[in-house]
Amino acid sequence: MAEVATVETEPLFSKKNRQLLKDPLDDQNPITVQVLGICSALAITTQVKNAVVMTISVMFVMIAGNVIVSLLRNKIPDRIRIIVQLVIVAALVILVDQVLKAFVYDVSKQLSVFVGLIITNCIIMGRLEAFALANKPWPSLLDGFGNAIGYGWVLVVVAVVREIFGSGKIFGIVIPGMDWLYSVGYMNNNMIILPPMALILVGIIIWIQRSKNTQLIESH
Amino acid sequence: MALDKNSNGYTFGFSIAMVVIVGAVLSIAAIQLKPFQDENVKMEKMQNILYSISVVCSREEASELFDKYVVEQVVLNNKGEVLEGVKAFDIDIQKQYKEVRAKARTAEAVEYPLFICEKEGERVYVVPMVGTGLWGPVWGFVSLKSDLNTVFGATFDHKTETPGLGAEIKEDAFGDQFKNDVIYTDGEVSMKILKGGGGKEDPSGIDGITGGTITSVGVEEMVIRSFKVYKPYFETIK
Repeated sequence: MAEVATVETEPLFSKKNRQLLKDPLDDQNPITVQVLGICSALAITTQVKNAVVMTISVMFVMIAGNVIVSLLRNKIPDRIRIIVQLVIVAALVILVDQVLKAFVYDVSKQLSVFVGLIITNCIIMGRLEAFALANKPWPSLLDGFGNAIGYGWVLVVVAVVREIFGSGKIFGIVIPGMDWLYSVGYMNNNMIILPPMALILVGIIIWIQRSKNTQLIESH
Repeated sequence: MALDKNSNGYTFGFSIAMVVIVGAVLSIAAIQLKPFQDENVKMEKMQNILYSISVVCSREEASELFDKYVVEQVVLNNKGEVLEGVKAFDIDIQKQYKEVRAKARTAEAVEYPLFICEKEGERVYVVPMVGTGLWGPVWGFVSLKSDLNTVFGATFDHKTETPGLGAEIKEDAFGDQFKNDVIYTDGEVSMKILKGGGGKEDPSGIDGITGGTITSVGVEEMVIRSFKVYKPYFETIK
């Protein structure tokens, strides 16, 4: 368990640290590459507002969880480390849930169980176990932030498409000109609102991503 | 003394400290945020009452509009007699219903609130109700026109009914069926849930939810039971 005693000379945004932020956006994206946290991504992306609130909630839980676990990494007994991580994540999620209930009640009702399910979001436990347990707080914070953004941008992109084509709105505001479209026979696509369509959209994002970033394509 | 991180003692100590700290933080947060959350729940209740008399509003407007439309609040006992000194809005009928089912409260001690509203010159009577669905409680607000028999509007909600099946009672398509239906026929509650609805011949029939029979039956039981209690009071004010 002896850690290599490196002298803190590394700049805050060294190349390595920048990589921590950048990787989850593309090469190591939690949703499109690691395919984690899919269930919440499918369920709450019918409206951009929900996707944004969900992203902020996940970001808070992920950053705080990563930093706390990283600070405690030399104190946590190995045998109960998963339980410790779960308790920390669960406590943070309950905090988020309570705050949402108090200040954005309508959004909290729409997100319903999915706020609670952040506890079981594989991305969070995955980062705690794979990164925060073995790294210092600052890199852990960056890692948490990067992964939350990596999760969030996919959510928001999917939500933008679903809200525009499914409800003709963006951020709950009717897009100008929709009245005219409806009058000439355009209809909102109800299928976009259903969960399978989110999966297809995520699939399209993965497709576009892999066609641009050929490293991601498996050799077999 | 260097602590052995993997000893049983350390593990127990760590767990206990962690639980105490997490517990304390969460309790403090819960207590601090409670007033805001209660306010939201209160506004939502007002919103629901207003919705049953076809007033659609945001949560922020609810308080103001509630004061505008609701002109009188009455509380009844289970014989339909007016109880004095109780505020209808403060009664948590869901809690009382739960207590009755848990035998912590007798059926005689249940209080029945009634909200009397005035909309476009007509008196509308909003009856809150609570019952049991398939997985958990269902509740709703049914409002009657000034003849105290014809339904003005109805809105239902549920805690954990199955999405797509029982949960459909929340949709307007279900609640709107109650509009202009008749509650009492020949002095008895004639409202019932039928397959296919009552059609024109039966102005009390409501089409149940396909695949949500137990929820539908729960709603029916709730509506009948509640309106039975209010009947004696309605007779006195007719």
